[in-house]
Amino acid sequence: MSIILDISKIDMVFPTPKGDFTALKEVSLKIAKGEFISLIGHSGCGKSTVLNVVAGLYEATRGGVVLNGKEVKEPGPERAVVFQNHSLLPWLTAYQNVELAVKQVFGKSKSKAEMKQWIEHNLALVHMDHAMHKRPDEISGGMKQRVGIARALAMEPEILLMDEPFGALDALTRAHMQDSLMEIQAELNNTVIMITHDVDEAVLLSDRIVMMTNGPAATVGEILDVKLERPRNRLQLAEDREYNHLRSAVLTFLYEKQRKVESIDSKKSLSSTPAQKEEATV
Amino acid sequence: MNTIASIAHRLTLESSLMTLIKNKVSEGAKLFLGPVIGIVAFLLLWATAAQNIDTSLGKFPGPAAVLEQFYSLYDDHAAERDKATLFYERQDVRNAKRVAKDPSYEPKIRQYTGKETFLDQIVTSLITVMAGFLVAAIIAIPLGILLGLSPAVNSAFNPIIQIFKPVSPLAWLPLVTMVVSATYVSDDPWVAKSFLNSMITVSLCSLWPMVINTSIGVASLEQDLKNVSRVLRLPALTHVRKIVIPASIPMIFTGMRMSLGIAWMVLIAAEMLAQSPGLGKFVWDEFQNGSSDSLARIMAAVVVIGFIGYLLDRGMLQLQRIMSWDKNSGAI
Repeated sequence: MSIILDISKIDMVFPTPKGDFTALKEVSLKIAKGEFISLIGHSGCGKSTVLNVVAGLYEATRGGVVLNGKEVKEPGPERAVVFQNHSLLPWLTAYQNVELAVKQVFGKSKSKAEMKQWIEHNLALVHMDHAMHKRPDEISGGMKQRVGIARALAMEPEILLMDEPFGALDALTRAHMQDSLMEIQAELNNTVIMITHDVDEAVLLSDRIVMMTNGPAATVGEILDVKLERPRNRLQLAEDREYNHLRSAVLTFLYEKQRKVESIDSKKSLSSTPAQKEEATV
Repeated sequence: MNTIASIAHRLTLESSLMTLIKNKVSEGAKLFLGPVIGIVAFLLLWATAAQNIDTSLGKFPGPAAVLEQFYSLYDDHAAERDKATLFYERQDVRNAKRVAKDPSYEPKIRQYTGKETFLDQIVTSLITVMAGFLVAAIIAIPLGILLGLSPAVNSAFNPIIQIFKPVSPLAWLPLVTMVVSATYVSDDPWVAKSFLNSMITVSLCSLWPMVINTSIGVASLEQDLKNVSRVLRLPALTHVRKIVIPASIPMIFTGMRMSLGIAWMVLIAAEMLAQSPGLGKFVWDEFQNGSSDSLARIMAAVVVIGFIGYLLDRGMLQLQRIMSWDKNSGAI
């Protein structure tokens, strides 16, 4: 498979009043076309920072990101982002939110009727066609996130970046959304990087799970291949030996291998350093 | 037996109807009772206090005297209008006669130059305040957006804004008057100088809340929304039009409401001092006039000024509710 995205040795250093804070150190990752990658790690380990560098919202201090042979220097619609808290424009309807993106990306190449059809197609894909003329404050959290995904998909990105897309949802809604996302993924076969806290979500959705060490100077700890057959069914997988094995591998990494690193010292430095500042701005 | 049952039934029906009516009444009472008590108490206090205040122009006017002046002011207005109609009728007749005598004569139409009535002054003041406010808004909102977008521009402008913001309109007025009479020279003026004086003074004083609120609204745009705009690579102008302005509409309106309130207060003071037509001039003229009705007429003007100020604020609030996507922002 061809490599579409190459994250090569990125360091991220944030200047702070107390001196520089190294959030990321030599993070490297190659992603193939059509791959679904999960980034998992404890809070404040810099997962979002990696995603923001790929998105172009942050500029890496050292190293760089190459997408399809071109270096990433600024944000762009070919690297669409689904933000953690939906980030819909509250004064626009679901349709208009997607329209803003579609007009920007396809304003020159598609006719008005084609754009309308494309917007409606994407909203139907996330099962939001029944409420496309509602505003964000009139729909539930899960529905907002669906619209956010539709907006990102409508840009026809080369890679889809999802920053804890279901983190703010309740467990049942989250399960629904994961199923929807798998459906969409089966249809479109997008390249995806998703940040998550949720071990089950990571195993269920991913082709590979990238586990990050704790910050400061976080980096890629282990990479786990998930070779479960698709389509995947959460009920059947619950009994599956391979699934449970993968699950416990991730849990072991997070709660045994990485826990040891989190000594009292590092905790202190975590709480007093810009890990929080980073969280706040991300 | 039967009759007793039917009477009992009717009784319960009636009593339930009564409670319904009682509930309605108490709801209405809750809404209106407070304000009604407040207003009645104020009128009583005013009437009592007024009787005990002696001025060189007689007793301070109570509510009754002011009400009487409202009627009299309206009568004056009607009388003045009648005079004007008569004047134009006489002029027409006279011109017709001249033309009949000499067909080559071109009739001269002269404007009636009677004194402005209380109602005329209200209209003048309203036009002036709206014009001044609009000019201020046209300058302040774009400026506020610019300041909000760029911290560098903001830090350059901030000291100037902070210094000019607290300046009283009365300090501006002489400067405005001199500048207007020096620069606005025209044989056929489009608007009166006095109008320009009041209007510019109003604009200068009502600029600041709009500038400040707009810039705060723009500067506090959520990072997430900025990121959406960056990911979409929206051009600068589209970013402002589609993201920045809608997001700051609630704050812009808050600024506009504050500004309109200030504009109205400033206008009355400016009209008094500059002798420009309007409610302020009316108050000043009555004060200079010093008749036994003067104080009651001034008090009538005070009531009207307050009432118009209130209506302007309500109007702005309604506009905010119609225009703003954030339905909570117009709650107060």
